[in-house]
Amino acid sequence: MNTEQQRKERLDRGIKVRSDGLYALMGWQELTYLTLPRLVLILGFLALPLVMPSMYWNRVITIVCIYALLALSFDFLAHFVGLVSLGGAFFIGVGGYLSAIFNTSFGIPPMLSIPMAALSGAIVCTVLLLPCLPLRGVYFAIVTLMYPLALARVIEATDILGGTDGILGIDSFPNEWVEQYSVILLVLLFLFAIRRLVNTDVGLVIRAVKDNDQAVRASGMSVNFYKAGAVFIGSAMGCMGGACLVHVYMWGGISLFALDFSILPIAATVIGGSGTLVGPVLGCLILVPISELLRDFGTLRIVFYSILLVCFVVFRSEGLMVYGERKYHQFERWVKV
Amino acid sequence: MDILIYGTINSIMLALMALGFALVYGTSRIPNFAHGAIYVVCGFVTWAFVRGLGLNYFVGILLALALTGLLGALMYRFVLVRVRGMNISEIIASYAIGLALLEGLRWGGFKGTTYTLPVFIEGSITIGEIPVDYQRILVVVIGILLVAFLWVFTHYTRIGLALRGMAQDERAALMLGIDSDTMALVAMALGSMLAGLAAILILPLGNIVVEKGYDVLIQAIAVCIVGGLGSWMGAVLAAFLIGFAQILTTVYLGSHFQMVVALLAIIITLILKPSGLFGQQKELEERV
Repeated sequence: MNTEQQRKERLDRGIKVRSDGLYALMGWQELTYLTLPRLVLILGFLALPLVMPSMYWNRVITIVCIYALLALSFDFLAHFVGLVSLGGAFFIGVGGYLSAIFNTSFGIPPMLSIPMAALSGAIVCTVLLLPCLPLRGVYFAIVTLMYPLALARVIEATDILGGTDGILGIDSFPNEWVEQYSVILLVLLFLFAIRRLVNTDVGLVIRAVKDNDQAVRASGMSVNFYKAGAVFIGSAMGCMGGACLVHVYMWGGISLFALDFSILPIAATVIGGSGTLVGPVLGCLILVPISELLRDFGTLRIVFYSILLVCFVVFRSEGLMVYGERKYHQFERWVKV
Repeated sequence: MDILIYGTINSIMLALMALGFALVYGTSRIPNFAHGAIYVVCGFVTWAFVRGLGLNYFVGILLALALTGLLGALMYRFVLVRVRGMNISEIIASYAIGLALLEGLRWGGFKGTTYTLPVFIEGSITIGEIPVDYQRILVVVIGILLVAFLWVFTHYTRIGLALRGMAQDERAALMLGIDSDTMALVAMALGSMLAGLAAILILPLGNIVVEKGYDVLIQAIAVCIVGGLGSWMGAVLAAFLIGFAQILTTVYLGSHFQMVVALLAIIITLILKPSGLFGQQKELEERV
């Protein structure tokens, strides 16, 4: 009987170990190893509008970035704070409607109304979600899933904010270059800001809330205070995306609360790699253009990315980014057990 | 008087929609977000058998129920069993399956008002000056019978007792030789069949449309959450609570508010008492 078995052994690459500490500054090789992935991401993003200058792709790039903001917010809340929010559409809707109101009722230009909508939208979302913050797991997920649906039905039923027609006549960005580069810069800014944030002292507490909230409480810190802060940051990102979206389409309506905004960022996060922050952005870069290309097939594209999502959840739950990082930092070999 | 009659009918409909969801969550702790999709799929399958293939209505219903049960079992066997115990993956996976089913149907052209099922018995009777058609009476009768049947099933049959054992304490059930995966599979199949049964009873009252899938899911979740996730009697009582609240708002505010009631019920219950009216969850499992 052959009882000999093999297993895969994973070891860090030498260059990874060397570039972990201060020694990274000692050689070009180590410096390149550290900065190359980040530079590829940043320069790649900045070059996107130049590489694909057609009107159609301009729009796609903008939508990719808006979804990326939303996916970042989902990833941050779910994997660093432990609040799984299925209500991306809630953030988009609140931000979008606020920005539309600022723009049409008070005549504030887009470049000012977007940050204003992000801030005030984040306040509104945090206040509305405040009572649900003590909830855990499935319960928080269900309640956040219900918020956008409830708001959409309320707007439909009471006919406020333009009712089913929505708000028309919203100003667009000055031109497509401003439009694309402002959303791209926003994505990069938030991406690196959140990466910084989760490694600071505050970020440590926030991550501790996810891992063991009782320990945080026992240390004399208010769990809900940190959760509220995290929700404020997460919803600010989502509202920013919603505000941009309204100005891109020059229209804001109930479809801002559509389920698309809840499901696509989650799919992107799962596919890109949860808990990596870069993963969701990567996932959006893959998913959104595919979904645009499949637009001719109508709702079949939702079927397509639902199935993709199920496959990833079941068979490759680590996601692309975790896989890529592992290949980049480590090598594998078979060893006898 | 009409509030009383239609409130009762509406409540029983809600209970029918929610029983499957409550059964699956109660035994296997899987929040089956594909519940609404299964409901609509069963409606279309019955339509295909009866109107498309021209089968006898009764035979068509039995076949459709069997197929729906199989669909639920397959869903559990090939997808959900792999993510069991991971709350978020369960939600995402089942929701994605439901979305794929519903949007697939929509893409396949199953929309509009052309798809209707025949009612079982034509005609209506008058109860205290209010006409009620036989289908609605049938819904009430079958709904009550079903609740009674479920009670007997879970208290006096081996499988039913095993399901209850799983619901109470999965580890202890495992020690007593109850295979938890098989039981979850059975629960999933039964839950899907219950959703299918609800569809067959309720859908003849209107058109079969894809959007119903989302509404049914929301209403089932609302009933289960208000009643307490995992508590069946709570679900039945909550169905009456929400059912009457919906009818009252429809009468006094307008039919637009019917869904708002369900959604608000979920949000308010979760904020005030997440374990619901009759839930047995520990406080610490749901709140910090």
